[in-house]
Amino acid sequence: MNSGINTTGRRLGGIFELIGSRVMEFLDQAGYTILLLARAFYYLKDAPPKAREIVTQMYFAGVKTLVVCSLVGVFTGMILALQTGIELQNFGMQYQIGHLIIASMTREMGPFMAAIILTASVGSAMAAEIGTMKVYDEIDALEMMSISPVKFLVMPRVVALATMMPVVSIYIIVLACLGGAVVANSILNVSFNVYMKHLYKGIHFKPIYVGLLKSFVFGLIISGVSCAYGLRATSGELGVGHATRSSVVASFLMVLIIGYFITAIFYG
Amino acid sequence: MIEFVDVHKSFGPKRVLGGFNLSIEKGETFVIIGQSGIGKTVALRHVAGLLHPDSGTVLVEGVQVNGASPGTMRKLRERMGVLFQSGALINWMTVAENVALPLSEHRRFPKKEIDRLVDEKLGLLELGDAKQKTPSEISGGMKKRVALARVLMSNPDIILYDEPTTGLDPVMSMVISDLIRQMQRDFGVTSLVVTHDMKSAFHVGDRIGMLYGGELVQVGSPEEIMNTENAVVRQFINGELEGPIRAQ
Repeated sequence: MNSGINTTGRRLGGIFELIGSRVMEFLDQAGYTILLLARAFYYLKDAPPKAREIVTQMYFAGVKTLVVCSLVGVFTGMILALQTGIELQNFGMQYQIGHLIIASMTREMGPFMAAIILTASVGSAMAAEIGTMKVYDEIDALEMMSISPVKFLVMPRVVALATMMPVVSIYIIVLACLGGAVVANSILNVSFNVYMKHLYKGIHFKPIYVGLLKSFVFGLIISGVSCAYGLRATSGELGVGHATRSSVVASFLMVLIIGYFITAIFYG
Repeated sequence: MIEFVDVHKSFGPKRVLGGFNLSIEKGETFVIIGQSGIGKTVALRHVAGLLHPDSGTVLVEGVQVNGASPGTMRKLRERMGVLFQSGALINWMTVAENVALPLSEHRRFPKKEIDRLVDEKLGLLELGDAKQKTPSEISGGMKKRVALARVLMSNPDIILYDEPTTGLDPVMSMVISDLIRQMQRDFGVTSLVVTHDMKSAFHVGDRIGMLYGGELVQVGSPEEIMNTENAVVRQFINGELEGPIRAQ
Protein backbone atom coordinates (compact mmCIF):
# COMPACT_ATOMS: atom_id res chain seq x y z
CA MET A 1 0.00 0.00 0.00
CA ASN A 2 2.74 2.37 1.10
CA SER A 3 4.94 1.45 -1.87
CA GLY A 4 1.99 2.18 -4.22
CA ILE A 5 1.58 5.64 -2.71
CA ASN A 6 5.33 6.21 -2.95
CA THR A 7 5.40 5.21 -6.65
CA THR A 8 2.46 7.53 -7.46
CA GLY A 9 4.13 10.29 -5.48
CA ARG A 10 7.39 9.83 -7.37
CA ARG A 11 5.56 9.87 -10.73
CA LEU A 12 3.66 13.04 -9.78
CA GLY A 13 6.89 14.58 -8.56
CA GLY A 14 8.53 13.69 -11.88
CA ILE A 15 5.68 15.28 -13.86
CA PHE A 16 5.85 18.48 -11.79
CA GLU A 17 9.63 18.54 -12.16
CA LEU A 18 9.29 18.20 -15.94
CA ILE A 19 6.65 20.94 -16.14
CA GLY A 20 8.74 23.13 -13.85
CA SER A 21 11.89 22.69 -15.92
CA ARG A 22 10.00 23.42 -19.16
CA VAL A 23 8.48 26.58 -17.65
CA MET A 24 11.93 27.67 -16.46
CA GLU A 25 13.38 26.99 -19.93
CA PHE A 26 10.58 29.03 -21.53
CA LEU A 27 11.07 31.94 -19.11
CA ASP A 28 14.84 31.82 -19.59
CA GLN A 29 14.50 31.90 -23.39
CA ALA A 30 11.79 34.62 -23.27
CA GLY A 31 13.94 36.76 -20.98
CA TYR A 32 16.98 36.29 -23.21
CA THR A 33 14.96 37.24 -26.32
CA ILE A 34 13.53 40.38 -24.69
CA LEU A 35 17.01 41.48 -23.56
CA LEU A 36 18.38 40.73 -27.03
CA LEU A 37 15.70 42.92 -28.63
CA ALA A 38 16.41 45.67 -26.08
CA ARG A 39 20.11 45.53 -26.98
CA ALA A 40 19.22 45.57 -30.69
CA PHE A 41 17.21 48.77 -30.06
CA TYR A 42 20.21 50.27 -28.28
CA TYR A 43 22.36 49.62 -31.36
CA LEU A 44 19.87 51.42 -33.64
CA LYS A 45 22.25 54.36 -33.30
CA ASP A 46 24.67 52.33 -35.45
CA ALA A 47 22.08 51.57 -38.13
CA PRO A 48 23.37 54.03 -40.79
CA PRO A 49 26.80 52.36 -41.18
CA LYS A 50 25.02 49.01 -41.33
CA ALA A 51 22.71 50.15 -44.15
CA ARG A 52 24.18 47.66 -46.63
CA GLU A 53 23.53 44.71 -44.35
CA ILE A 54 20.03 45.97 -43.52
CA VAL A 55 19.18 46.34 -47.23
CA THR A 56 20.54 42.82 -47.90
CA GLN A 57 18.32 41.40 -45.16
CA MET A 58 15.35 43.39 -46.50
CA TYR A 59 16.03 41.87 -49.90
CA PHE A 60 15.95 38.35 -48.37
CA ALA A 61 12.71 39.12 -46.51
CA GLY A 62 10.96 40.92 -49.35
CA VAL A 63 12.22 40.11 -52.82
CA LYS A 64 13.28 36.51 -52.15
CA THR A 65 9.83 35.65 -50.75
CA LEU A 66 7.94 37.44 -53.53
CA VAL A 67 6.81 34.32 -55.39
CA VAL A 68 5.53 32.45 -52.36
CA CYS A 69 3.88 35.62 -50.99
CA SER A 70 2.15 36.17 -54.34
CA LEU A 71 0.80 32.61 -54.43
CA VAL A 72 -0.28 32.65 -50.79
CA GLY A 73 -1.93 36.07 -51.23
CA VAL A 74 -3.88 35.17 -54.37
CA PHE A 75 -5.02 31.78 -53.11
CA THR A 76 -5.95 33.09 -49.66
CA GLY A 77 -8.24 35.65 -51.35
CA MET A 78 -9.67 33.02 -53.68
CA ILE A 79 -10.36 30.54 -50.86
CA LEU A 80 -11.87 33.24 -48.67
CA ALA A 81 -14.10 34.44 -51.51
CA LEU A 82 -15.17 30.92 -52.38
CA GLN A 83 -15.88 29.72 -48.84
CA THR A 84 -17.72 32.81 -47.64
CA GLY A 85 -19.20 33.72 -51.03
CA ILE A 86 -21.12 30.45 -51.26
CA GLU A 87 -22.65 31.08 -47.83
CA LEU A 88 -23.44 34.69 -48.70
CA GLN A 89 -25.09 33.51 -51.91
CA ASN A 90 -27.68 31.64 -49.80
CA PHE A 91 -28.78 35.01 -48.45
CA GLY A 92 -28.42 36.80 -51.77
CA MET A 93 -25.61 38.93 -50.34
CA GLN A 94 -22.68 37.74 -52.43
CA TYR A 95 -22.12 41.32 -53.67
CA GLN A 96 -20.73 42.05 -50.14
CA ILE A 97 -17.80 39.71 -50.71
CA GLY A 98 -15.32 42.57 -51.38
CA HIS A 99 -16.17 44.12 -48.03
CA LEU A 100 -15.66 40.84 -46.23
CA ILE A 101 -12.34 40.10 -47.87
CA ILE A 102 -10.74 43.48 -47.19
CA ALA A 103 -11.99 43.44 -43.59
CA SER A 104 -10.67 39.99 -42.76
CA MET A 105 -7.40 40.50 -44.64
CA THR A 106 -6.51 43.85 -43.06
CA ARG A 107 -7.61 42.90 -39.55
CA GLU A 108 -6.03 39.49 -39.26
CA MET A 109 -5.24 37.37 -42.29
CA GLY A 110 -2.76 39.64 -44.07
CA PRO A 111 -0.36 40.13 -41.13
CA PHE A 112 -0.82 36.51 -40.03
CA MET A 113 -0.10 35.07 -43.49
CA ALA A 114 2.96 37.32 -43.85
CA ALA A 115 4.17 36.20 -40.41
CA ILE A 116 3.77 32.51 -41.30
CA ILE A 117 5.65 32.88 -44.58
CA LEU A 118 8.47 34.94 -43.12
CA THR A 119 8.81 32.69 -40.06
CA ALA A 120 9.15 29.63 -42.27
CA SER A 121 11.45 31.18 -44.85
CA VAL A 122 13.37 34.08 -43.28
CA GLY A 123 13.17 33.35 -39.53
CA SER A 124 14.32 29.76 -39.91
CA ALA A 125 17.18 30.89 -42.18
CA MET A 126 18.24 33.48 -39.58
CA ALA A 127 18.30 30.89 -36.79
CA ALA A 128 20.22 28.42 -38.96
CA GLU A 129 22.72 31.01 -40.20
CA ILE A 130 23.47 32.48 -36.77
CA GLY A 131 23.41 29.01 -35.19
CA THR A 132 26.00 27.81 -37.70
CA MET A 133 28.13 30.88 -36.98
CA LYS A 134 27.87 30.07 -33.28
CA VAL A 135 28.96 26.45 -33.54
CA TYR A 136 31.81 27.32 -35.93
CA ASP A 137 33.25 29.92 -33.51
CA GLU A 138 32.38 32.91 -35.73
CA ILE A 139 30.43 34.56 -32.91
CA ASP A 140 33.40 34.05 -30.56
CA ALA A 141 35.69 35.48 -33.25
CA LEU A 142 33.50 38.61 -33.34
CA GLU A 143 33.69 38.85 -29.54
CA MET A 144 37.47 38.57 -29.74
CA MET A 145 37.53 41.51 -32.18
CA SER A 146 35.35 43.44 -29.69
CA ILE A 147 32.56 43.45 -32.26
CA SER A 148 29.15 43.03 -30.67
CA PRO A 149 27.25 40.17 -32.37
CA VAL A 150 24.05 42.05 -31.52
CA LYS A 151 25.21 45.11 -33.43
CA PHE A 152 26.78 43.10 -36.25
CA LEU A 153 24.12 40.41 -36.76
CA VAL A 154 20.95 40.95 -34.74
CA MET A 155 20.20 44.65 -35.17
CA PRO A 156 20.27 44.62 -39.02
CA ARG A 157 17.99 41.56 -39.09
CA VAL A 158 15.53 43.03 -36.59
CA VAL A 159 15.37 46.35 -38.48
CA ALA A 160 14.98 44.60 -41.84
CA LEU A 161 12.23 42.20 -40.77
CA ALA A 162 10.28 44.78 -38.73
CA THR A 163 10.38 47.07 -41.79
CA MET A 164 9.55 44.46 -44.39
CA MET A 165 6.77 42.66 -42.51
CA PRO A 166 4.20 45.49 -42.99
CA VAL A 167 5.24 45.80 -46.66
CA VAL A 168 4.78 42.07 -47.23
CA SER A 169 1.44 42.19 -45.37
CA ILE A 170 0.15 44.97 -47.62
CA TYR A 171 1.35 43.07 -50.69
CA ILE A 172 -0.48 39.92 -49.54
CA ILE A 173 -3.67 41.93 -48.79
CA VAL A 174 -3.61 43.51 -52.26
CA LEU A 175 -3.10 40.16 -53.98
CA ALA A 176 -5.78 38.51 -51.83
CA CYS A 177 -8.21 41.21 -52.95
CA LEU A 178 -7.30 40.48 -56.57
CA GLY A 179 -7.70 36.73 -56.02
CA GLY A 180 -11.06 37.37 -54.39
CA ALA A 181 -12.10 39.49 -57.38
CA VAL A 182 -11.38 36.61 -59.76
CA VAL A 183 -13.57 34.18 -57.78
CA ALA A 184 -16.27 36.81 -57.21
CA ASN A 185 -16.43 37.51 -60.92
CA SER A 186 -16.11 33.99 -62.28
CA ILE A 187 -18.02 31.91 -59.70
CA LEU A 188 -20.22 34.25 -57.68
CA ASN A 189 -21.23 36.41 -60.67
CA VAL A 190 -20.29 39.63 -58.90
CA SER A 191 -19.05 42.21 -61.38
CA PHE A 192 -15.63 43.76 -60.89
CA ASN A 193 -17.15 47.23 -60.35
CA VAL A 194 -19.54 45.98 -57.63
CA TYR A 195 -16.74 44.03 -56.00
CA MET A 196 -14.44 47.06 -55.95
CA LYS A 197 -17.21 49.37 -54.71
CA HIS A 198 -17.82 47.15 -51.66
CA LEU A 199 -14.13 46.58 -51.19
CA TYR A 200 -13.54 50.36 -50.92
CA LYS A 201 -16.45 50.59 -48.50
CA GLY A 202 -14.70 48.04 -46.28
CA ILE A 203 -11.48 50.04 -46.04
CA HIS A 204 -11.27 51.71 -42.63
CA PHE A 205 -8.37 53.44 -40.96
CA LYS A 206 -8.36 51.46 -37.71
CA PRO A 207 -8.03 47.93 -39.17
CA ILE A 208 -5.25 49.20 -41.39
CA TYR A 209 -3.14 50.74 -38.65
CA VAL A 210 -3.82 47.87 -36.25
CA GLY A 211 -2.88 45.40 -39.00
CA LEU A 212 0.32 47.30 -39.75
CA LEU A 213 1.16 47.51 -36.06
CA LYS A 214 0.64 43.76 -35.79
CA SER A 215 2.93 43.17 -38.75
CA PHE A 216 5.61 45.37 -37.24
CA VAL A 217 5.38 43.55 -33.88
CA PHE A 218 5.42 40.16 -35.65
CA GLY A 219 8.59 41.26 -37.45
CA LEU A 220 10.23 42.07 -34.12
CA ILE A 221 9.09 38.78 -32.59
CA ILE A 222 10.22 36.56 -35.46
CA SER A 223 13.63 38.21 -35.86
CA GLY A 224 14.20 38.38 -32.09
CA VAL A 225 13.19 34.77 -31.46
CA SER A 226 15.16 33.44 -34.45
CA CYS A 227 18.35 35.33 -33.58
CA ALA A 228 18.05 34.32 -29.90
CA TYR A 229 17.77 30.63 -30.75
CA GLY A 230 20.63 30.93 -33.22
CA LEU A 231 22.91 32.64 -30.71
CA ARG A 232 22.23 29.93 -28.13
CA ALA A 233 22.81 26.99 -30.48
CA THR A 234 25.18 24.35 -29.12
CA SER A 235 26.38 20.84 -30.01
CA GLY A 236 27.33 21.21 -33.67
CA GLU A 237 25.03 20.62 -36.63
CA LEU A 238 22.49 18.81 -34.47
CA GLY A 239 22.22 21.88 -32.27
CA VAL A 240 21.69 24.12 -35.31
CA GLY A 241 18.82 21.90 -36.46
CA HIS A 242 17.32 21.97 -33.00
CA ALA A 243 17.68 25.76 -32.76
CA THR A 244 16.03 26.22 -36.18
CA ARG A 245 13.09 23.96 -35.36
CA SER A 246 12.60 25.53 -31.93
CA SER A 247 12.75 29.05 -33.36
CA VAL A 248 10.02 28.28 -35.92
CA VAL A 249 7.74 26.70 -33.29
CA ALA A 250 8.33 29.53 -30.79
CA SER A 251 7.79 32.21 -33.46
CA PHE A 252 4.47 30.65 -34.55
CA LEU A 253 3.24 30.43 -30.97
CA MET A 254 4.34 33.95 -30.10
CA VAL A 255 2.74 35.37 -33.27
CA LEU A 256 -0.57 33.71 -32.34
CA ILE A 257 -0.47 34.75 -28.68
CA ILE A 258 0.73 38.33 -29.19
CA GLY A 259 -1.62 38.67 -32.20
CA TYR A 260 -4.55 37.76 -29.97
CA PHE A 261 -3.57 40.31 -27.34
CA ILE A 262 -3.14 43.11 -29.89
CA THR A 263 -6.63 42.28 -31.23
CA ALA A 264 -8.02 42.22 -27.70
CA ILE A 265 -6.46 45.59 -26.89
CA PHE A 266 -7.82 47.34 -29.99
CA TYR A 267 -11.12 45.52 -30.52
CA GLY A 268 -11.89 43.95 -27.15
CA MET B 1 52.45 37.22 -19.29
CA ILE B 2 49.84 34.42 -19.21
CA GLU B 3 49.24 32.57 -15.96
CA PHE B 4 46.83 29.87 -14.82
CA VAL B 5 46.66 29.47 -11.04
CA ASP B 6 44.89 26.36 -9.74
CA VAL B 7 42.17 26.53 -12.41
CA HIS B 8 39.28 24.10 -12.09
CA LYS B 9 36.61 23.70 -14.78
CA SER B 10 33.87 21.11 -15.12
CA PHE B 11 31.00 20.67 -17.56
CA GLY B 12 28.28 18.92 -15.62
CA PRO B 13 29.83 15.81 -14.07
CA LYS B 14 32.83 15.91 -16.43
CA ARG B 15 35.92 17.45 -14.86
CA VAL B 16 38.04 19.01 -17.62
CA LEU B 17 40.58 21.09 -15.71
CA GLY B 18 41.45 20.13 -12.16
CA GLY B 19 44.11 22.29 -10.55
CA PHE B 20 45.60 23.48 -13.83
CA ASN B 21 48.75 25.61 -13.34
CA LEU B 22 50.83 27.21 -16.06
CA SER B 23 52.97 30.28 -16.57
CA ILE B 24 53.94 31.51 -20.04
CA GLU B 25 56.66 34.14 -20.41
CA LYS B 26 56.55 37.17 -22.71
CA GLY B 27 57.63 36.28 -26.24
CA GLU B 28 57.45 32.54 -25.54
CA THR B 29 55.58 29.97 -27.63
CA PHE B 30 54.01 27.39 -25.36
CA VAL B 31 52.31 24.34 -26.81
CA ILE B 32 49.67 22.30 -24.99
CA ILE B 33 49.43 18.77 -26.33
CA GLY B 34 46.94 16.08 -25.41
CA GLN B 35 44.20 13.81 -26.66
CA SER B 36 41.15 15.16 -28.46
CA GLY B 37 38.48 16.27 -26.01
CA ILE B 38 40.90 16.35 -23.06
CA GLY B 39 40.39 20.11 -22.43
CA LYS B 40 43.16 21.86 -24.41
CA THR B 41 40.73 24.24 -26.14
CA VAL B 42 38.96 24.81 -22.83
CA ALA B 43 42.25 26.02 -21.33
CA LEU B 44 42.88 28.30 -24.34
CA ARG B 45 39.38 29.78 -24.14
CA HIS B 46 39.97 30.75 -20.52
CA VAL B 47 42.80 33.06 -21.64
CA ALA B 48 40.50 34.73 -24.18
CA GLY B 49 37.76 35.15 -21.59
CA LEU B 50 35.40 33.01 -23.66
CA LEU B 51 35.12 30.58 -20.74
CA HIS B 52 35.39 31.24 -17.04
CA PRO B 53 36.87 28.88 -14.44
CA ASP B 54 34.76 27.34 -11.69
CA SER B 55 37.60 28.28 -9.36
CA GLY B 56 41.14 29.55 -9.72
CA THR B 57 42.58 32.51 -11.57
CA VAL B 58 43.64 33.28 -15.13
CA LEU B 59 45.95 36.26 -15.50
CA VAL B 60 47.11 38.03 -18.64
CA GLU B 61 49.87 40.58 -17.99
CA GLY B 62 48.83 40.64 -14.36
CA VAL B 63 45.19 41.40 -15.18
CA GLN B 64 42.70 38.84 -13.94
CA VAL B 65 40.67 37.65 -16.94
CA ASN B 66 37.93 35.86 -15.03
CA GLY B 67 35.70 38.49 -13.51
CA ALA B 68 37.16 41.33 -15.60
CA SER B 69 34.77 44.16 -16.47
CA PRO B 70 33.64 44.45 -20.12
CA GLY B 71 35.90 47.50 -20.53
CA THR B 72 38.96 45.69 -19.16
CA MET B 73 38.15 42.65 -21.30
CA ARG B 74 37.87 44.84 -24.40
CA LYS B 75 41.28 46.37 -23.71
CA LEU B 76 42.82 42.92 -23.17
CA ARG B 77 41.26 41.56 -26.35
CA GLU B 78 42.63 44.48 -28.36
CA ARG B 79 46.08 43.06 -27.62
CA MET B 80 45.09 39.45 -28.18
CA GLY B 81 44.14 37.38 -31.22
CA VAL B 82 42.67 33.91 -31.55
CA LEU B 83 43.18 31.65 -34.55
CA PHE B 84 40.16 29.37 -34.28
CA GLN B 85 40.26 25.77 -35.49
CA SER B 86 37.74 26.44 -38.27
CA GLY B 87 39.22 29.84 -39.14
CA ALA B 88 35.88 31.40 -38.12
CA LEU B 89 35.72 33.59 -41.21
CA ILE B 90 32.45 35.34 -41.98
CA ASN B 91 31.08 33.42 -44.95
CA TRP B 92 29.25 36.18 -46.78
CA MET B 93 32.27 38.51 -46.74
CA THR B 94 35.21 38.46 -49.10
CA VAL B 95 38.71 37.64 -47.88
CA ALA B 96 39.61 41.36 -47.91
CA GLU B 97 36.47 42.30 -45.96
CA ASN B 98 37.16 39.55 -43.43
CA VAL B 99 40.72 40.72 -42.89
CA ALA B 100 39.59 44.36 -42.62
CA LEU B 101 36.87 43.52 -40.08
CA PRO B 102 38.73 44.31 -36.81
CA LEU B 103 39.47 47.83 -38.06
CA SER B 104 36.51 48.60 -40.32
CA GLU B 105 33.95 47.80 -37.62
CA HIS B 106 35.53 50.14 -35.11
CA ARG B 107 36.10 52.92 -37.65
CA ARG B 108 39.39 53.92 -36.13
CA PHE B 109 41.19 54.28 -39.44
CA PRO B 110 40.26 55.85 -42.79
CA LYS B 111 39.22 53.35 -45.47
CA LYS B 112 42.37 53.99 -47.51
CA GLU B 113 44.59 53.12 -44.55
CA ILE B 114 42.58 49.96 -43.87
CA ASP B 115 42.91 48.90 -47.52
CA ARG B 116 46.68 49.45 -47.34
CA LEU B 117 46.94 47.36 -44.17
CA VAL B 118 44.80 44.60 -45.69
CA ASP B 119 47.10 44.47 -48.74
CA GLU B 120 50.14 44.41 -46.46
CA LYS B 121 48.86 41.51 -44.31
CA LEU B 122 47.58 39.52 -47.30
CA GLY B 123 50.94 40.06 -49.01
CA LEU B 124 52.78 38.86 -45.90
CA LEU B 125 50.80 35.61 -45.98
CA GLU B 126 50.92 35.32 -49.79
CA LEU B 127 47.18 35.72 -50.20
CA GLY B 128 47.08 38.69 -52.57
CA ASP B 129 45.28 36.69 -55.30
CA ALA B 130 42.49 35.57 -52.97
CA LYS B 131 41.49 39.09 -51.96
CA GLN B 132 38.11 39.16 -53.66
CA LYS B 133 37.22 35.50 -53.05
CA THR B 134 34.78 34.35 -50.38
CA PRO B 135 35.79 31.76 -47.74
CA SER B 136 33.85 29.03 -49.57
CA GLU B 137 36.07 29.55 -52.63
CA ILE B 138 39.40 28.98 -50.87
CA SER B 139 41.14 25.92 -49.40
CA GLY B 140 41.40 24.99 -45.71
CA GLY B 141 45.02 26.13 -45.53
CA MET B 142 44.17 29.47 -47.12
CA LYS B 143 41.30 29.93 -44.66
CA LYS B 144 43.75 29.52 -41.77
CA ARG B 145 46.12 32.02 -43.35
CA VAL B 146 43.28 34.50 -43.93
CA ALA B 147 42.24 34.06 -40.30
CA LEU B 148 45.84 34.70 -39.26
CA ALA B 149 45.94 37.81 -41.45
CA ARG B 150 42.78 39.01 -39.69
CA VAL B 151 44.40 38.38 -36.30
CA LEU B 152 47.50 40.34 -37.36
CA MET B 153 45.43 43.40 -38.34
CA SER B 154 45.27 44.48 -34.71
CA ASN B 155 49.01 43.86 -34.11
CA PRO B 156 48.43 41.60 -31.11
CA ASP B 157 51.02 40.89 -28.42
CA ILE B 158 49.42 37.52 -27.72
CA ILE B 159 48.11 34.98 -30.25
CA LEU B 160 46.16 31.89 -29.21
CA TYR B 161 46.19 29.11 -31.79
CA ASP B 162 43.47 26.47 -31.52
CA GLU B 163 44.52 23.36 -33.49
CA PRO B 164 46.16 25.46 -36.23
CA THR B 165 47.17 22.49 -38.39
CA THR B 166 44.16 20.18 -37.97
CA GLY B 167 42.68 19.07 -41.28
CA LEU B 168 45.64 20.30 -43.35
CA ASP B 169 48.00 18.29 -45.51
CA PRO B 170 51.60 17.85 -44.17
CA VAL B 171 53.04 20.59 -46.39
CA MET B 172 50.36 23.11 -45.46
CA SER B 173 50.77 22.10 -41.79
CA MET B 174 54.43 23.02 -42.04
CA VAL B 175 53.57 26.33 -43.76
CA ILE B 176 51.27 27.24 -40.86
CA SER B 177 53.84 26.06 -38.29
CA ASP B 178 56.47 28.23 -39.97
CA LEU B 179 54.10 31.20 -39.82
CA ILE B 180 53.65 30.68 -36.07
CA ARG B 181 57.44 30.70 -35.68
CA GLN B 182 57.63 33.79 -37.91
CA MET B 183 55.10 35.64 -35.73
CA GLN B 184 57.32 35.03 -32.70
CA ARG B 185 60.58 35.83 -34.50
CA ASP B 186 59.47 38.95 -36.40
CA PHE B 187 56.86 40.45 -34.06
CA GLY B 188 57.85 39.06 -30.64
CA VAL B 189 54.39 37.61 -30.17
CA THR B 190 53.63 35.49 -27.12
CA SER B 191 51.80 32.37 -28.28
CA LEU B 192 49.75 29.61 -26.76
CA VAL B 193 49.28 26.77 -29.23
CA VAL B 194 46.88 23.89 -28.66
CA THR B 195 47.49 20.88 -30.87
CA HIS B 196 47.81 17.12 -31.13
CA ASP B 197 50.01 17.40 -34.20
CA MET B 198 53.36 16.42 -32.67
CA LYS B 199 55.44 17.45 -35.68
CA SER B 200 54.03 20.95 -35.51
CA ALA B 201 54.33 21.03 -31.69
CA PHE B 202 58.05 20.20 -31.80
CA HIS B 203 58.59 22.73 -34.61
CA VAL B 204 56.90 25.74 -33.01
CA GLY B 205 57.17 25.21 -29.25
CA ASP B 206 59.74 26.77 -26.92
CA ARG B 207 58.14 24.64 -24.23
CA ILE B 208 55.54 21.90 -24.46
CA GLY B 209 53.09 20.75 -21.80
CA MET B 210 51.03 17.56 -21.89
CA LEU B 211 47.48 17.89 -20.57
CA TYR B 212 46.12 14.70 -19.03
CA GLY B 213 43.53 14.17 -16.31
CA GLY B 214 42.82 17.90 -15.97
CA GLU B 215 46.40 19.02 -15.36
CA LEU B 216 49.79 19.28 -17.07
CA VAL B 217 51.57 16.02 -16.38
CA GLN B 218 54.87 17.24 -17.83
CA VAL B 219 56.24 20.55 -19.04
CA GLY B 220 59.56 20.82 -20.83
CA SER B 221 61.53 21.81 -23.91
CA PRO B 222 60.85 19.87 -27.13
CA GLU B 223 64.01 17.85 -26.49
CA GLU B 224 62.92 16.99 -22.93
CA ILE B 225 59.49 15.93 -24.17
CA MET B 226 61.00 13.88 -26.98
CA ASN B 227 63.22 12.00 -24.51
CA THR B 228 60.70 11.78 -21.70
CA GLU B 229 60.47 8.95 -19.21
CA ASN B 230 56.86 9.83 -18.41
CA ALA B 231 54.74 6.89 -19.62
CA VAL B 232 51.70 9.02 -20.51
CA VAL B 233 53.72 11.52 -22.56
CA ARG B 234 55.78 8.80 -24.21
CA GLN B 235 52.68 6.86 -25.25
CA PHE B 236 51.04 10.01 -26.62
CA ILE B 237 53.97 11.38 -28.63
CA ASN B 238 54.78 7.96 -30.08
CA GLY B 239 51.13 7.08 -30.72
CA GLU B 240 51.47 3.74 -28.93
CA LEU B 241 48.47 1.50 -28.27
CA GLU B 242 49.84 0.10 -24.99
CA GLY B 243 50.13 2.40 -22.01
CA PRO B 244 48.19 4.33 -19.40
CA ILE B 245 46.16 6.35 -21.95
CA ARG B 246 42.86 4.75 -22.93
CA ALA B 247 40.83 5.85 -25.96
CA GLN B 248 38.01 8.18 -24.85
